[in-house]
Amino acid sequence: MSIGHTLLGLLESGPRHGYDLKRAFDERFGHDRPLAYGQVYSTMARLLKNGLVEVEGIEPGGGPERKRYAITDAGVTDVETWLARPEKPEPYLQTTLYAKVVLALLTGRPAADLLDSQRAEHLRLMRELTRRKSSGDLADQLICDHALFHLEADLRWLELTAARLDQLAAEVTR
Amino acid sequence: MSAETLTEPLLQATDVHKSYGRTAALDGAALTVRAGEVVAVMGPSGSGKSTLLHCLAGIVRADSGQVRYRGRDLTTMSDRERSALRRTDFGFVFQFGQLVPELTCLENVAIPLRLAGTRRRDAEARAGAWLERLEVGDVAGQRPGEVSGGQGQRVAVARALVAGPRVVFADEPTGALDSLNGERVMRLLTEAAHDTGAAVVLVTHEARVAAYSDREIVVRDGKSRDTERVS
Repeated sequence: MSIGHTLLGLLESGPRHGYDLKRAFDERFGHDRPLAYGQVYSTMARLLKNGLVEVEGIEPGGGPERKRYAITDAGVTDVETWLARPEKPEPYLQTTLYAKVVLALLTGRPAADLLDSQRAEHLRLMRELTRRKSSGDLADQLICDHALFHLEADLRWLELTAARLDQLAAEVTR
Repeated sequence: MSAETLTEPLLQATDVHKSYGRTAALDGAALTVRAGEVVAVMGPSGSGKSTLLHCLAGIVRADSGQVRYRGRDLTTMSDRERSALRRTDFGFVFQFGQLVPELTCLENVAIPLRLAGTRRRDAEARAGAWLERLEVGDVAGQRPGEVSGGQGQRVAVARALVAGPRVVFADEPTGALDSLNGERVMRLLTEAAHDTGAAVVLVTHEARVAAYSDREIVVRDGKSRDTERVS
């Protein structure tokens, strides 16, 4: 996730202090990983240097948190370009899971057990997300759903691999 | 979960075998269900998970092994006894609601109570309350053919729970629904089962549906692996 673009986007609704920006970010996007203050200020310094934001005012008391930032026209264009550009799909071609399965087969360890315990671990996390979804608002639900669909895709891969273990064992030990 | 949850199993299958002709559907399956818990039975198509559900619910009789429900062995009961047990203690939800098309949704939900001898007025009042709880109170007077798939499944869940069963057997209850409707059915089913203390045996091949369970067992080639961890 591009923190810089996200903070810029949040500034489009009006100028804010660094602290306000962090709070707005955490509230909407930082469910599990709130932004560190240091990251906000270093990002804002970079955006400022690139002319994407400007300091609209500095309140008495000094310190970086007192700066009030506003987005520039160049910043608005930058956000627009970022939103319009599709993200590169991540195919996860060389996953740790695949490597573990192959290594288990190569070394004569029970690969089926590995897949079973991975399935149990995936489902444990899926249960946690499902519970969180049930008690959350729509934003929570959408974030959890995104994670749940990805975990489900992993699980389908685990099932398929479990069904093809003998075939894979024959190939990797050839 | 109640105290009973942590002690006696409510339902326990041990080394269950079941064949149809020469095809072995179950080849040593095992499963333990405690009061109030939701157990997902997962596995690929044809793995034997529906057959396991049918054996657990006494719909079919296992060829060998034991299926004990509150201390009684279903495999040695007569058809009549198993049938009575299904009426009094079990509730069922299938992939396609299996509602009676000639009856209204309200009358469908009232069926288990009517079979148990409850008077029509009382049965329909309770059925109406369950339809409200499942958020389909507005379709009470409609016939199953006149409601959507999601609404029909919620009517089926109401029918499964109306008589206060100890176990609800749900076989791919969201299999014919889109994601949103499927999740709504699962949320309402598990919340209602939790509130009433009913256990749920949930057969599904969908991980997102299984995520509504407390734990899962995996059936593969007629054998099951129970992940129960007694803490």
